[in-house]
Amino acid sequence: MLEILQDFWLQLLIGQYPKGPLGGVVMTLILAVCGMLASLPLAVLLAIARVSPYRWVARSAAVFVNCVRGMPLLMLIFWSYFVLPKLTGFSLSGFWTLLIALVVYESAYMSEVVRSGIEALPRGQIEASRSLGVGYWTTMRKVVLPQALFNVLPSMTSQFVSTIKETSLGYVISVNELTFAANQVNNMLLTKPLEVFGLLALIYFIVCFSMSRALRSLEWRVRRARAMV
Amino acid sequence: MSFLTNAQLLSMLEGMLTTVQLFAICWVMAFMLAVVLVVIRTIDFAPCRWFVDAYVEFHRNVPLLVLVLFWYFGMPELLPESFRTWLYAHNAEMSLAAIALSLGSAAYISEDIRSGLRAIPATQFEASRALGSSFLQTMRFVIVPQAIRTSIPPLVSRALLLFKNTSVAMAIGVVELTYRAREIESETYRTYATFGAATIMYLLGSFLIMFVGSRLYKRYRINTGAGHA
Repeated sequence: MLEILQDFWLQLLIGQYPKGPLGGVVMTLILAVCGMLASLPLAVLLAIARVSPYRWVARSAAVFVNCVRGMPLLMLIFWSYFVLPKLTGFSLSGFWTLLIALVVYESAYMSEVVRSGIEALPRGQIEASRSLGVGYWTTMRKVVLPQALFNVLPSMTSQFVSTIKETSLGYVISVNELTFAANQVNNMLLTKPLEVFGLLALIYFIVCFSMSRALRSLEWRVRRARAMV
Repeated sequence: MSFLTNAQLLSMLEGMLTTVQLFAICWVMAFMLAVVLVVIRTIDFAPCRWFVDAYVEFHRNVPLLVLVLFWYFGMPELLPESFRTWLYAHNAEMSLAAIALSLGSAAYISEDIRSGLRAIPATQFEASRALGSSFLQTMRFVIVPQAIRTSIPPLVSRALLLFKNTSVAMAIGVVELTYRAREIESETYRTYATFGAATIMYLLGSFLIMFVGSRLYKRYRINTGAGHA
């Protein structure tokens, strides 16, 4: 395993970057961060729609969320891989295909997290704000969301770790990320699949484990801040 | 889905059957393994705890696809030659995918069961013992019924995840629903019809699991908050 790491660490880290496309761990992280950042505003909108007083808005958001949650991410990836080029007329790179699928998928899951944060707030908060004459959107923006989003920070961070793991599915449509890079290494060595894929699992473990441990301090801060309120 | 011929639809239904089989096998194996892990975790001997903790953390921080690739490409290397030939002659993809998926899910399920057990105050156990019930009676009438109730909601969502995650097995060539959809799409270019049909099948499966879950909640009078799975 050490020999493989010695020979191919650069490829596993950044892919063939200066000479070819960026890949490896760096690409995996870029995909996860972009996916997370892009799905957050969508998730907030979906969550607001789900708690909307208008029934049809709440219903349609619920249908969307439940449908996305009911299908495998891989299916969603194939939808964006095969259908988007047909719809838009031009072909998307693997990066964008995977990113779009991830954003749709994550926004559905994250909206549930945000919604639970909104619903956990005491009703009095909204009622007080509204009875002071503040409009619906201003109430959401200045009273509800700041508290709700802060309270669900820990759940969002664990969602981030699972996004890192989900980027591995890009391998199926040949996106240059960590799993793809490891597979390239495996194809070069041919005789050492156990070591290569063991190493791959280990790299994911180190990245995700250290990430979730680092984010745990954030969780602790949130908890302390909430206890003091 | 009138765009698909009967033969194509039938072939997808066969894929669905494989998906369901894989799901059922994995669910049973994962559950049994999880129970074993929980039991090992309760043994008052530090290395037992370390082992289970390491097992759980490893499987939670490595993507399922990587586990599947690791088991499919790497593990057979360790097997004796004769057994390996036998395995490859007998649907190796399916059994290795089942092993990888079960091992991965067992980590999550064991945590669900453990948190269900932990949610019961120790005083319940003590009280039951103090009233003269035996250890087994206490377990059977006091602890386990309550633990099952608290772990049903997470177990239902875990089943849902496992059902969707079986799609990952297509990466190593298990001919399940996603694989079949992909295959028919590349033969016919009927993108919308094939992926539409596959998505509907997944959604039906997922909604069935959610429905079973809601029946269980009713049967065991579990309060899930807003009344949805």
